[in-house]
Amino acid sequence: MRQTILRPADALQTAEIIARAAAENTPLEIRAGGSKQAFGRPVDAAHTLDLTHLAGILDYEPAELFISAKAATPLAQIREEIEAHGQMLAFEPPDWRTLLQAGGEPTLGGTVACNLAGPRRVRAGAARDHFLGFSAIDGRGDLWKAGGKVVKNVTGYDMCKLQAGAFGTLSVLLDCTLRLLPKPETSRSVIYFGLPDEEAVRVMAQALNSPHEVSAAAHLPAPISARASAAPDFPLDKSVTVLRLEGPRPSVAYRVEMLEAWHRPGLQLGEAESERLWLEIGSVQKFLGGTGSILWRVCTSPSAAPSVLHNVRNQIDGAEGFYDWGGGLLWIEIDPSVTDAGESIVRQAILRSGGHATLMRAGAGQRARIPVFQPLAGPLEALTRRIKNGFDPHGILNPGRMQQGI
Amino acid sequence: MLMPLPEESILARRAEIVAALRRIVPGEGVIDSKAERRAYECDALTAYRALPLVVVLPETTEQVVAVLRYCSEAGVKVVPRGSGTSLSGGALPLEDAVLLAMGKFKRILDIDIENRCVVVQPGVTNLAITHAVQDQGFYYAPDPSSQIACSIGGNVAENSGGVHCLKYGLTTNNVIGIEFITIEGEVIRVGGKHYDAAGYDLLGVMVGSEGLLGVVTEVTVRILPKPPGARALLIGFPSIEQAGDCVADIIGHGIIPGGMEMMDRAATHAAEAFVHADYPLDAEALLIVELDGCVAEVHHLVDAVEGIAAAHGANSVRTSHSEEERLLFWAGRKAAFPAVGRLSPDFYCMDGTIPRRRLSEVLLRIRQMEGQYGLRVANVFHAGDGNLHPLIMYDANKPGELERAEEFGNDILRLCVEVGGVLTGEHGVGVEKRDLMGTMFNEIDLNQQQRLKCAFDPQSLLNPGKMFPQLCRCAELGRVHVHGGQMRFADIPRF
Repeated sequence: MRQTILRPADALQTAEIIARAAAENTPLEIRAGGSKQAFGRPVDAAHTLDLTHLAGILDYEPAELFISAKAATPLAQIREEIEAHGQMLAFEPPDWRTLLQAGGEPTLGGTVACNLAGPRRVRAGAARDHFLGFSAIDGRGDLWKAGGKVVKNVTGYDMCKLQAGAFGTLSVLLDCTLRLLPKPETSRSVIYFGLPDEEAVRVMAQALNSPHEVSAAAHLPAPISARASAAPDFPLDKSVTVLRLEGPRPSVAYRVEMLEAWHRPGLQLGEAESERLWLEIGSVQKFLGGTGSILWRVCTSPSAAPSVLHNVRNQIDGAEGFYDWGGGLLWIEIDPSVTDAGESIVRQAILRSGGHATLMRAGAGQRARIPVFQPLAGPLEALTRRIKNGFDPHGILNPGRMQQGI
Repeated sequence: MLMPLPEESILARRAEIVAALRRIVPGEGVIDSKAERRAYECDALTAYRALPLVVVLPETTEQVVAVLRYCSEAGVKVVPRGSGTSLSGGALPLEDAVLLAMGKFKRILDIDIENRCVVVQPGVTNLAITHAVQDQGFYYAPDPSSQIACSIGGNVAENSGGVHCLKYGLTTNNVIGIEFITIEGEVIRVGGKHYDAAGYDLLGVMVGSEGLLGVVTEVTVRILPKPPGARALLIGFPSIEQAGDCVADIIGHGIIPGGMEMMDRAATHAAEAFVHADYPLDAEALLIVELDGCVAEVHHLVDAVEGIAAAHGANSVRTSHSEEERLLFWAGRKAAFPAVGRLSPDFYCMDGTIPRRRLSEVLLRIRQMEGQYGLRVANVFHAGDGNLHPLIMYDANKPGELERAEEFGNDILRLCVEVGGVLTGEHGVGVEKRDLMGTMFNEIDLNQQQRLKCAFDPQSLLNPGKMFPQLCRCAELGRVHVHGGQMRFADIPRF
């Protein structure tokens, strides 16, 4: 069959294409910028539904703290617009293009569909927490909407949560409304060198538990800590634990002082250096992800993260990792020659502490063979399949992207 | 408001159903007598009452599983209930349904400071969570007015808010894991102490599902370190417009207060007469702005907000200088509902959300409607997030007044939707706003919501008659329809 790229000009054409695909049982791979196409299982579809033309900001009212835009609007365009008004997407969506070895523009719809979250996850949540409303087309070709443009809204089921992180397998997003927050006036980071992993995670937990409003906490074990380009004077042989504080200038100055008095003085990074370092931590590839390597993204109880990483490292030679979200997010790099990309070892390591592991980067062949997302089982899997079937009864929207048949 | 007609066949099987439930939950856990069932006939939306078929109070997850499995197999409807504080009739019983009351699930299971979370059973009250961790400097952020009584399970069902959710989020942003039981009696756990969960965000879907998708048996909540300081400002304005502009300007300055509440003249007077907080009685609009954080931040923001208030023509600004004074500022706002209750035999509390900038226009239109309906309204308003609570005063003993109050309320909610807002900000749809769903959603939108319901509860046994104007017809929705022969866009490549 000839590979076709379908590039609708508007919502109606999109609906028409999907309705026709439904009638003919023809699976579609959904894409906008294509920057996250390698995130998830490879989709088994001969045709691509390319939403590039569905772009543009629809409604932005700074005082109301929201923005509505068509799904394929580049994130860069949204950032430019809202930053001009001193606002931000508080969940700090990371840029994974280098990590995923992809070109293309990250878009609003893709960011929501993959439920991205950056280092500020510990305070501000993920895309799901800021997703207020949308319109979309389901797998029948029916146009529908849910949510609204206000933060406080409990009218009906929270369908935004269902769409965020569904990787386009339930409906194709046409436009999205997201909550915005004021960008903090300034930010600064405090760095401690040489903490062993367990102690670093303890310090991060205590810092996040302190009233000093730490907005991000990461730990980079040596030697990968030295790969940061943000701060050329990081020692080669010492781990780096970073805590970020944001807010009004007098408040940040005061809290940095309090934090250092509480723990001990560290190295302070000013606003520009701090911002650069956190961009690098969010986008990962500066620290991990050398050519061809396997990357796992593991979410477990923060306090259990060091033992999870040690467990994996004990079993896989050369495995490396670092911690974000105060330990709640663990990135692990593994050599591509390891059997099953280390799946059984990684997933076994979180069995007791709970959570989930995602095969974030691997070749398409491996991502087709090895469950990319934590496998579902029992009643949860059955329920998930019923939901998929309800919205996409013909199985034509990104089939197999999340799990076999989902 | 019409509820579905009770099924005669179920009513006829009452004795058999009671006996079956007694086999699952022994002793006093099954409430059968009419007098005792009477205590459960309504929630906080007291205008609607129905005697439940039978009340069951399980004590263990296994019992919940067995009750639901029995009901599913026997085709008996189930209405879940927490503390019964819903303002939208979410826990209104049905005469042909088992009322599943979760009040005995009262244990705090795990306080995990290191991972900043607490695991509780659903019958634990909202405030009890904060009480359990406050000695260690933590609190649970969502704080609905009913927090002393409402259960965390009910908060999950309703996605409850409170005055602090502008800065700290709703229930959905503060719950990180749940265990729930499907109507078929299957135990499903989503989330936990870790961030997010694999697969679709079923945790996000369960929060705010009003007891229509499953029965929650365990909740893991995020706790937050208590801000070291908080000060409140009490600002009086000569007009609603000026107060509204001040709110917009505070946010425009990049300030997200811990809480930002507005009261109109009627609500201010009622509250002042009730708690004597020394509220300015000459104000047309009273704004309470709470700023929290470290000492330096609070100091900095108080200065900024005082300046903004002055620039918008505030005729009084008072800033709290002690914790007692801060709490006094709040006392009137927190007592606004009972305070209005003293002015009128009954009142009806509405809950729409509007874009902030439309506030003065909406309040003006409500004032016009007061004349039209011959009923008075006091307004309290979560100004920061646009959530409006008009309190319509009426007397249920006067024939026709309740109906008039409801019609008035419906008009207010239609107005909220008309200006770009929504029907309910935090109280839920329940039975109260069920028939207005069509003002926000068309049939296709509602069908999608029903499809989600069908995936969880194909027989439509859980809390029927709530949230949706029509009962769910899963078989019909599941039918695949084919859009044939509609070639509207001949230029698009064919497959």
